[in-house]
Order: sequence, then structure tokens, then C-alpha cells
Amino acid sequence: MNIVVCVKYVPDATADRSFDSSDSTVDREGVDGLLSELDEYAVEQALLAAEDGDGEVTVLTVGPADAADAVRKALQMGADKGVHVEDDDIAGSDAVATSLILAKALGTLEYDLVFFGMSSTDGTMGVVPTMVAERLGLPAVTYGSEITVDGSTVTVRRDGDVATETITATAPAVVSVTDQSGEPRYPSFKGIMAAKKKPVEDLTLSDLGIDASEVGLGAAWTKVLSFAPRPPRSAGEIVTDEGDGGTKLAEFLASKKFV
Amino acid sequence: MTTPYDAWSTPERAALRDSVTRFVRSEVVDNLPRWEDDGEIPRDLHKRAAAAGLLGIGFPEDVGGEGGDVLDISVVTEAMIEAGGSSGLIAALYTHGIALPHIVSAHRANPTEQSASLIERYVRPTLAGETIGSLGVTEPGGGSDVANLRTRAVRDGDAYVVDGAKTFITSGVRADFVTTAVRTGGDGYGGISLLVVDKGTPGFTVANPLRKMGWHCSDTAELSYAEARVPVQNLVGEENGGFVLVMQQFVNERLSLAVQAYATAQRSLDLTVAYARERETFGRPLATRQVIRHKLVEMHRATVTARAYTRQVVERAAALSAGATGVDPMRLAADAAIAKNDAVAACDFVVDEAVQVHGGMGYMRETEVERHYRDSRILGIGGGATEVMNDLIAKILGY
Repeated sequence: MNIVVCVKYVPDATADRSFDSSDSTVDREGVDGLLSELDEYAVEQALLAAEDGDGEVTVLTVGPADAADAVRKALQMGADKGVHVEDDDIAGSDAVATSLILAKALGTLEYDLVFFGMSSTDGTMGVVPTMVAERLGLPAVTYGSEITVDGSTVTVRRDGDVATETITATAPAVVSVTDQSGEPRYPSFKGIMAAKKKPVEDLTLSDLGIDASEVGLGAAWTKVLSFAPRPPRSAGEIVTDEGDGGTKLAEFLASKKFV
Repeated sequence: MTTPYDAWSTPERAALRDSVTRFVRSEVVDNLPRWEDDGEIPRDLHKRAAAAGLLGIGFPEDVGGEGGDVLDISVVTEAMIEAGGSSGLIAALYTHGIALPHIVSAHRANPTEQSASLIERYVRPTLAGETIGSLGVTEPGGGSDVANLRTRAVRDGDAYVVDGAKTFITSGVRADFVTTAVRTGGDGYGGISLLVVDKGTPGFTVANPLRKMGWHCSDTAELSYAEARVPVQNLVGEENGGFVLVMQQFVNERLSLAVQAYATAQRSLDLTVAYARERETFGRPLATRQVIRHKLVEMHRATVTARAYTRQVVERAAALSAGATGVDPMRLAADAAIAKNDAVAACDFVVDEAVQVHGGMGYMRETEVERHYRDSRILGIGGGATEVMNDLIAKILGY
């Protein structure tokens, strides 16, 4: 069972993130980047699924030079090899263009299953797995919280708000996993050292036969019109209890439509 | 953002630091107060650390270790403490760092069937988190004076008969075996050997846990040997060759204690800065007071200078282990002792100020700096007291 895990290099969610004022894309200069934490769950599920067989886990990313860090992290966790699509013309690509690049890159790889995290921690759209599946004509099972791979079938449990569904798909298929699927492992020292020797293939748009006009900011279906930092939290209202504290609290909650 | 290159923040060591931090936050931080009350850490933690690939770092892969050098071990120690562990946790979880190296170095210097058997029976299972080992050197009659230890082992057929006592033995209560320094020959350093003594050996008894000022999660034992018969196969290296094995490891042990000291200082500083920003007195955060800011700067200065010097000595120790010719081992022994004394002095100063800035809360058990204050007091005593270090340094420097 060969599995490709598609991962994203994102700005650290614990840092102050912003947009670049010149083109309204994510400012990557002012903040450290890392492997999207939600994608770690997909790497973990892929490693577990591949552990029993003789298949390989390949980690695939589309992103700037620093995105190699995300590939390296997945290799340190135990993935076998990496593919990094990097091209200046990719900058500013939206989800539609990203799915095109991923689908073309997947076309160069051998795989039975394609794993994704449930969404990225920066864009948080969660649409890319389905878009890639559509482009490749594959079944997509998204938001899996329990993944079982048996032979050429994958069984996925999806936990909804009111119901739980269990869905079986036959490989090849696209699967996205949630952060309920099991804690991702952290790299061991041996894993960290072994990752230095694992192969990473670098690809460009021309390697994939993609014209620059199909991707990037210019081809994006969506556009950021404006952005502003979240306003600072205003001071709360302090209710002084002068015997009528309960009433005042109830009035406050009612005014905010909580009760 | 990129970090300027140095040997301590390569991508691999940054990743190692990250893994240790995650291990400590998920497995240790919430449990440590309970383990402090229990007086020991659970055996299960050794297994979990081994499964995460963190227990065998610094030990070669051919004896069951993870590989890596003294810089890598130091990165683990720094991250363990700075993520919310403690020097007591290091003492308990990494006791094998003092219990096993003699067995490994004796085997690598002169591999025999006997030395290979010791690797299989003691080193591998301990690095896998399945067994726990201790080092027994200190005796009731003397601590740092290794050359004059009195526990005697007399050869009788296929066994040594061991009589004597050891004290202050870290992890001795939980230990499955104790690498024990014994006198097999005449007086002085030339008559000392190392024997691995199994728990359950008739005549070998472990007394009740000793109650201590700090390091509460690390159990400490008194050991008694009364005509305990230890198979000659459990001799480590050559008979009467134990002193060199013990002394070789002292440099690494002292450097480890120096790293624990500046890491404890860093953790205490971090906690104190956060507290000073949060805590308001007379209507303003503590950190807005010049007297407090100056204290924080002095704590910072002591911490970073101790770290810089110790790390430089660690780098030379790693170079010597890797076969570099430009490192004088005697000078390194002196510098490791200087690093220990300097980092311990920095740590003593920082934990004291940390408690002071925390005020009444700093005296409370629920406050982390209170534990570091108690835990750090041993660092200037164990592994060679500050005064013994100064004697050693004076001797080597010719003062």
C-alpha cells in the first residue's frame, strides 16, 4: 500500500500572523513557518497504515523554499520520501490552483491512497482534498476520525454532530483525517537523523506541464479585498453587586441574547 | 526567520528539542507534582521515553542506544527542564547515564564474551526502558573521596563476596541492578573494581528511601552488602581497573550537572519574567519596577554566561570523544569542573531571586520555582562538591 500525504507549510498559528500589504497574500517574512499541525494527523495515519505492509509513504507539498521544512518534519516522523513543488509563479495560488498542482504532481507518483489533513491551520477551508479527488476522478472520503486500511479498501468513520457514518472506499481514493484520528507521533532522535538521508524530489511547474497562467495570484478565483488586524479586546463590564447583582447579570445576558 | 548557525541549533537539534518539549508537555508536566508526592517516577515513564526514542540518546546503536553525542544529550537535558521538567526528573529518568557508561566503555575498549553478556543483560534492557540501573559509589564514610572507598569484594571461586555499604544512591530503591564500586585490591585508587549487583542477590539489601530536601521524584537509597555473592561474570572491565572507568565518566557527569544547573536557571527566569508581567502590586505590574527589571537582567546575565561557558566545554568534550587531537583531557577535566561550579553558582543565584520575585507565592508548593529552589541545592554537592572541584582545578592548573 503506497500512500501519498499532501501537506502544507503554514505560518506558526501561535505567532502574530498577517497579510502582506502589497498583494494581500499571507506575509511569510515576519513569522516562522511549520508543517500544518492538522497535517501531522494525516502523516500519522499514513505511517500507521503503511507500517504493516511493504508500501511507502511519500509526503507531497506545494510551497516556497522554506516549505522544505514541512517535508523534512514528515520525513523525521517516518515518511520514506518527499516531493516539493516550488516555483515563483505559484505564489498567491488559491485552493483551485493548488489542487491542480497537487493533482498533476500525484500523476507522477505511484499511490493507492492520498491522505490529507482536514484543513490547513491558516486558510482553514478544507476544500483541497475534494478538489484533488475531483480532478483525478477518485472517490473522496473526508473528515475521517478513524481510518482502517485492509487490503485495497479503506474504511473511514466520520463523526458528525448528530450521527456517525462509516464509509468504505476502494483504492485508489482520497481521504482527509481529523484531529480526532489519533495523536501524531513526534520524531525520535533516530528518525531525525535518518531524515537527513531520505530523498526529496524538487519539481517546478514546467516539470508538471502546468502553464504559469493557470496558477498564482492572477489566476485566483477569489481575491482578498481588504484586511485589518482584529481590534483589541475591549475591557469587560464589571457588575458591582449591591444586592441586585443577579438581576444585573440576567439583564446583561439578555441584552446580548444569551438568555 | 532563520536562526544563525551554531552547533546547538542545527535543524536536527532543533527538531530534537521540539520532540523532547512535546514529550515533557504530554507525559510529564501534569504528573510531576504527583510523582514528587510519591517519591518516585513510574517505571512506565522509562518505557514511554524509550518508545519516543529519547532514553538511549548518547549511547551507540550497537548497544541498543539511539546514537548521538554529548551535545545531543545536553540538548535533551536543556529541553526536559526548560519545558517544565526538573533536575530531579533527569536524575530519576536518566540514572542510566551514570549506571551504564562504564559497562559500554569497557566493552568497546576490550570486547569479550563477558563484556558482551553485560551489554545484553543490562545495557539493552535499560535503554529499552525495561529495567532500571543505579551507580553505587558513595559510602557512609565518604562522598567524593572515591580512591578510599571501603566496600570490599573478595574472590571466592566463581564469585566475589561483597561486604560494605553505599549511600545516597540515586534510583537505588527502584533499581534492578547497581553498578557498584568495590575494593578488590590494595589501598588507594589502584584497588578498585566495578561489579554489577542484581536486586535480589542474597545479602544485598536496599534500605528504606531516604527523605531529602529536593529531588522528591527521584528515589534515593542506602544499600547494604553482607556476604553478597556476585558472579565473576558481572565484573566490568579489568579487576582493579575500576578507578579509571569511574573517573572517565566524571567529566560527563559534571557537564550534565552543569547543563541541569543553567537549564534550571533558564526555566526559573522564564517563569519569573512571566510572573513579574502578570503580578500587580500597588496598581502596576511588578515588571514595570526598575528594581525588578534589574533583578531579571541580573538573572538573565548569570544564566546566559553560564550556558555559554558550559556549552563551549561540552563542545570540546564532544570533539575529544570524536577523536580530535587538540583537546587536552586533563585541561578538559578542569574546565568541566569550572563549568559545574560556575553554572551551579548562577543557578543558586537565579532560583533564589526567582523565589524572591514571586514573593509569598514563591514559598508555596504549588509554585514551580519553589521546587527548583529546593532541587538545585544538590547540584553543588553531587558529582563532586564545589570545594572538591576547586581542589581538582587548582591541582590541574598548578596553583
